[in-house]
Amino acid sequence: MTAMEKKRDYSLVGESTRRAIEIGLASAEWYHTDVPRKTMKELMQRSDGPAIRDTIIWLGGLLLTGLGGIYFWGTWWCVAFFFVYGVLYGSACDSRWHECGHGTAFKTRWMNDVVYQLASFQVMRNPVTWRWSHARHHTDTIIVGRDAEIAVMRPPDLLRAALAFIGVLDAWHSLIAIGRNALGTLTPEEKSYIPEMEQEKAITAARWHMAIYIATLALALSMWSFLPLMLIGLPRLYGCWHMVMTGLLQHIGLADNVIDHRLNTRTVYMNPVSRFIYLNMNYHVEHHMFPMVPYHALPKLHEIIKHDLPAPNPSIWHAYKEVWPVVKRQLRYEDHFLKRGLPPTARPYRGEFHDYSVAAAAE
Amino acid sequence: MAEWIKACEADDVDEEDVIRFDHVGRTFAIYRSPADEYFATDGLCTHEQVHLADGLVMDDIIECPKHNGRFNYKTGVAKGAPVCVNLKVYPVKVEAGSVMIQID
Repeated sequence: MTAMEKKRDYSLVGESTRRAIEIGLASAEWYHTDVPRKTMKELMQRSDGPAIRDTIIWLGGLLLTGLGGIYFWGTWWCVAFFFVYGVLYGSACDSRWHECGHGTAFKTRWMNDVVYQLASFQVMRNPVTWRWSHARHHTDTIIVGRDAEIAVMRPPDLLRAALAFIGVLDAWHSLIAIGRNALGTLTPEEKSYIPEMEQEKAITAARWHMAIYIATLALALSMWSFLPLMLIGLPRLYGCWHMVMTGLLQHIGLADNVIDHRLNTRTVYMNPVSRFIYLNMNYHVEHHMFPMVPYHALPKLHEIIKHDLPAPNPSIWHAYKEVWPVVKRQLRYEDHFLKRGLPPTARPYRGEFHDYSVAAAAE
Repeated sequence: MAEWIKACEADDVDEEDVIRFDHVGRTFAIYRSPADEYFATDGLCTHEQVHLADGLVMDDIIECPKHNGRFNYKTGVAKGAPVCVNLKVYPVKVEAGSVMIQID
């Protein structure tokens, strides 16, 4: 019997977990493109400059559009301001959370920590819990039963994916999780990836988040106005579409249970505005292969290793157009996936673990 | 019993950098600080068993290449999530251009 003839079990403490550990998929050694140490050292160098510039633009944009939204509240003009405010709050927060969680956005540690805490709040993620889940995502990327951050499971739930664009389910589940953590409870799955010594910190962080939400709600009730919620909380719903649009493309429709990021991760060329909002995470194969490289150096890394990677999708539209038939087929045949071709200059995909997947692949 | 063994030539390690040194089934990381001092630790991150020699040295810190966990390579102290367990450090001396580490 091949590894994936059984239905996938995405629990982190279930049969897929046991099997991933048993066959060596958990904490495996992944494929890396060869990059000379000297070059890699240059790419990994930290700098405060780019992140300070981008943070000033981000926070300045939030301030200006937030003030505009308040000033024009009650008129149609406020829609334009909240449209931009929402994306800066509810989408740009995700990439700031991510890059600062890695500690690579700024050279100065406290700057990473401050932006990480702010962005964690905006994206409604427990800053402790999600730091650990993201570490697991990098250890066991799209390994079923191990990766806590698989956005689209198989068979795909298209309604859930569609609702993600307005954040309804995500935000609700996040609030439930933060509320549960605030009450002092962690699930068995959370305990599976958060070390015991860190668990109390997760509870404290959740209590701070809940306190701010309760204060915002109280203010809205006292003013009898949605305005406070339009500024805090609701942007996670009405402004998250860009985060979902770009984030879904990271792994959707590609292989699972492989140990080569070229098979399970996607790089997509994007316009400069999306790259600012997304902090260059469109270079996602590069990021997964070398997570130490700061976002501002990813385009340079891409140029250095692209000879060894599948050709990037030339646009967001192209990527969705390519993956849509694959996702539709996964509804009936969940082992199906998109196998992306390598250029002649690339080293071949690693054979181990991949044979059953390749058999189900759409070339 | 502790013994001194040669890990590398002093020039093998660039300033503010790290290299890997394997010895009878064990792996170590040899560091050269910005002040031209040498240090040695276990070679694998205590979080996920990744070779630290592929990581980045910044002043007194070695950052793991996989999850960006940070240690002070002079003391072995873990500097926060996702690393919680300290690294083991080893005495180092430089003799006649060779970096020697004392292992047990």
